[in-house]
Formats: sequence, C-alpha cells, structure tokens
Amino acid sequence: MEILVCVKRVPDTAENEIEVAGDGSDIERDDLVYSVNEWDNYAVEEAIQIVDKVGGSVTVISVGDEEAEEVVRREMAMGANHGILLSDDAFEGSDGKGIATLLKAAVDKGNYDLILTGALADDGAGQIGGMLAAMLDVPYASVVNSIETLDDKKLKVGREIEGGNQEMSEIDLPCVLSIQTGINEPRYVGIRGIRKVASVEIPVWGAADLGLAADSMGAAGARVKRLDYFLPELGEGAEILEGSMEEVAEKLIDLLKAKGGIK
Amino acid sequence: MTGQVFAYIRHKEGKADDSAQELAVAAGKIFPDASPTAIVSGAGSDLDAVCSEVAAAYKEVWKFDNEALAYPNAEAIRKLLVNVLPQDAVVLVAHDTFGMDLSPGLSIKLDSVFISDVVAFDGLEGDTLKVIRQEFSGQVSTHSSCDISAGAVINIRPGVFQVEESGAAADGQVVDKSGDIPDLTVGRRFLEVVEAEVGDVDITKEDVLVSVGRGIEDEDNIEIADELAEAMGAVVSCSRPIVDAKWLEKSRQVGTSGQTVKPKVYLALGISGSFQHLGGLKGNPYIVAVNKNPKAPIFQVADVGVVQDLLEFVPVLTEKIQESK
Repeated sequence: MEILVCVKRVPDTAENEIEVAGDGSDIERDDLVYSVNEWDNYAVEEAIQIVDKVGGSVTVISVGDEEAEEVVRREMAMGANHGILLSDDAFEGSDGKGIATLLKAAVDKGNYDLILTGALADDGAGQIGGMLAAMLDVPYASVVNSIETLDDKKLKVGREIEGGNQEMSEIDLPCVLSIQTGINEPRYVGIRGIRKVASVEIPVWGAADLGLAADSMGAAGARVKRLDYFLPELGEGAEILEGSMEEVAEKLIDLLKAKGGIK
Repeated sequence: MTGQVFAYIRHKEGKADDSAQELAVAAGKIFPDASPTAIVSGAGSDLDAVCSEVAAAYKEVWKFDNEALAYPNAEAIRKLLVNVLPQDAVVLVAHDTFGMDLSPGLSIKLDSVFISDVVAFDGLEGDTLKVIRQEFSGQVSTHSSCDISAGAVINIRPGVFQVEESGAAADGQVVDKSGDIPDLTVGRRFLEVVEAEVGDVDITKEDVLVSVGRGIEDEDNIEIADELAEAMGAVVSCSRPIVDAKWLEKSRQVGTSGQTVKPKVYLALGISGSFQHLGGLKGNPYIVAVNKNPKAPIFQVADVGVVQDLLEFVPVLTEKIQESK
C-alpha cells in the first residue's frame, strides 16, 4: 500500500507556555520549542505499521518553510521511506482550504492508496483531512483510532465517538483518514536514526511545481483570515491560594473538608 | 446579502441533542433577524418525535426520512446536504465527532468557507463575519474574519451558546422533504458501535475524583495521585494524554471522548483544561486545580487554584491530610 502522511511543524505545547506577543499580531515565538504535531506522529507510526504488514511505502509531506524540513526528516528517521516539502513564499497566509489545495495538487502527482493526517493540530480546526478528501472525491473518516486492512480495496476503521464508544465502518480505498492520538505507541526516534537520514535529499515543490494559480493559495486565496491573538477572558476565575507550600496545603484541606472532599 | 441559515440537528433515541437549541442561539448571534431552518435526518418513528421537539425552537423543520439515514453516517449526510441545500447556505453544525467528520468536506462541496469550533461571534459587516476561536488547546484566543458571501459551514462548540431564556415557542412546521433524498450510496459503510469497556472502577458514580493530566510527567508519578486519593477517600481519574500513554485504563478518562462524571469535588492535577476534557465534567462540581502554569485554562473554570508543580505540592498535601486525621 502506498501511503501519504501529512504532517505539520508546531510549537510543542507540552514544552511551552503559549503567550501572546505585545501587539497581539502573533504569539511569542522566540523561545518556543517546535516539534511534529502530536496527532501527525501517531499517523506516521500507523502508516509504518500498515506497510510493515502489507508492504508498500510511506511518504511524509509537509507545508512550511525550510524549518519544516526537520520534521519531515524526523518522521523519515522513524521509518517513513520518502519525504516531500511544499514550500514557496506564495503559500504564506493560506487558510485551511489553501493548505488542502496544495496537498491535493501534491497528491495528484503521486499514486496513493491511503492518505493520513492528524485529527487536530495547533490551531484546533481539524479541517485538512476532510477538505482534502472532498477535493479528491474519495471517502473520509475522522478521529480514527483503529485501522485493519481487509484487502487491497478496503479497510475496516474505528472512529472515536462520544462516551468512549467506537464507531466501526468499512471504507473503500483510496481514502483519507484523520488519526486520533492513542491509536498506537509511536516509536522512539534516537539520534542514530536521525543521522541515518541526515543526508537524504528531500524534494521541495513550489507553486510552479504544483501548477497552481496564484489566487487559489496564500493570503490572496484565503477567505478565513486570523486577525489577532488575545488571552481568553478570565471570567470569575479561580481563587488562587497564596503562601508557602505548607500553608497552601492547609488552606486547601480546610476548603476540601468543607466541601466533602475528604472523607 | 448572505443565504438562508440552516442548522443540522443531531439526535439519538428519539431525542434531540442539547446542541439543537444551541445552534438556534448561535444563529441568532450572527443574524439577529434570521429564522434558521432545522434539518433532521433519520429513519422511522423516532424521527417524528425529534422533529416535533425541534419545531419548538425552529420555525421550519426539514425532515429527511430514509433507511439509509438510520445511523448518522457523515459521508451519506454530506451527500444529502449538498443535494438539498442552496449553494450560498450558512450551515451551523455542532463541533462534536460528527461535526468534525461532516463539515470540512461539506464546505468544499458547497464551495463555501469552513469555520471550525467557534466559541463566539463578534459582528457581521456586509459579508464579513468576525468570529472568536481558540488555539493551542485553549491557551490563546483569536479573532478571525471570514468572507461568507458564498455561504459558510460553521461548527459551533457545544455547551457555549446556552439558551438564555425560554422565549415563546417557535411553533414551527415540519416539512417532509424525504422525496428530495438522492442516492446515498457512499464509500464508507457503517457496521456497528462498539461500547466502551467497563473498567475496574466506575468513575461516573464517585463523589470525589483526583484527576491527573500531562503534568504528572511520568508513569511512576501516578503513585503520587494514588496516595492522595487514598488519603482523601477518593478515586483516581485522568485526562486523555494519560490514556494515550497507556498509564491508566480508558475507563478512567474524563472528557467527551471518555466518561461523563458528576462528582461533588474534582481535584485536577496537571490538567490544562481543554474543552474536550471539561465537556465530561457535569453537575457543577467544586473544582480545585493544581498546575504550574498560571495561564492554564483550567484556572478559568476552577473554584480554587494552586500554582505549583504538582510533583512537589501533592506529596505535601497528602502528608498534611494524613496528619489531620
């Protein structure tokens, strides 16, 4: 099976507190640690496991600047066979549909049976997979937490739905699936793995390579535009307990006892 | 002028989802004069019950009754909607696992914009709609402007647009549009729903929960929470990352994709407070948050906060509770 996995380089929220920059035009990016979007990492692991079982190859693709190349390379160190970087100044300011348009053009240059994305990324929209599937006119399933290959024409997939339940469906190939975290246990990537792929050439495709019109991408094509960042209003907010660790613990115990929290 | 406003209604076992009313409220926030049309699809007698219920909040309800719609398969429903909606429709959908499945692709097929997981609207000027969304798991908010001249598919965060007052019933009419249903053959066929496994404890029945999140950092540290729970006479629950890491059973997960709990007291240790997590917390519990990040969204909903590293603070708390007994 030929599998394409779409990945994004994002600030790692486990490693960073996200702060709004002074004028609200952006978040503070100076000291941010970036990594591959967590959901995408699960998607790459899943693709590798499928190929290990049924054969084929895994290609990882990302839209971004040259720094996005490092996440493509990292996922290749995990075991993906090929990498592609979509990069061009003309892509700047693309909205979700713009990103999906770029990916669709790249998919059309290949011959993929299965396309995976993460179910969500840093912007919380969860939109690329569904848009890409609709553009390609192939079936889609979101928040997928299990994949079983039935034959070379279809898969059995589980979607994580409300209440911890799982919705099982059969889906025809080719298709697009967005992957939920927890579907597998992504393998560790050591420094040795990174070194092995350090000199692998990763092709970079721009607008001309994809044959796209200027108004279909970038800021020019965007109908949804982020205007600013701001801190959510605090509302009432919690009463923050102050004092030494011991004092805070004692205050908290009194409160918990009053509310029936300590039996 | 933008097109007609629609709301796709989710329902189960003959009852409309809470989001049915919330979508009507959200529509009113965008277009104060709008009279949105509810779309209800399904099969059989349950469907009529849902339509009558929904007609109390919507002036017009479009009913689509077909065996192929008995289970809400987003692939089939997208095909239906593309066939029956005007191209420039403004479609509101709840941002749950169904809305995530349906809406991005629907916007492409209708050639309209998609706006995901909206928490508030901030005005409409001409065809430009301003919305508020959240990014980075709720750590920051954003304003976005959206050109809705060619229509829009807007996913609304569940639970945010609460019904403020029960105004006069809309006393709407139900229009049976089943005759307009196209061929609904799709490439994804629903098989079954596998119910969540029941674990060793039932966190939905507990009064006091000690809940751990990513801030616990390591599997070995779960012990710290176990000890505190034991001292308090509570049970340990968790947020999603803990289950993803396989440190605790899925049956211990609080959230929309896990269990819905109704404790009296909820102690959130190292939990950031994403809306998916808070969506599983009902019954207005007394919430205590312990988190080293003072900007963690959990502090907005908690009653009491402790800005400390839980790995240092919790053992002190446990010891003090043991001493006080």
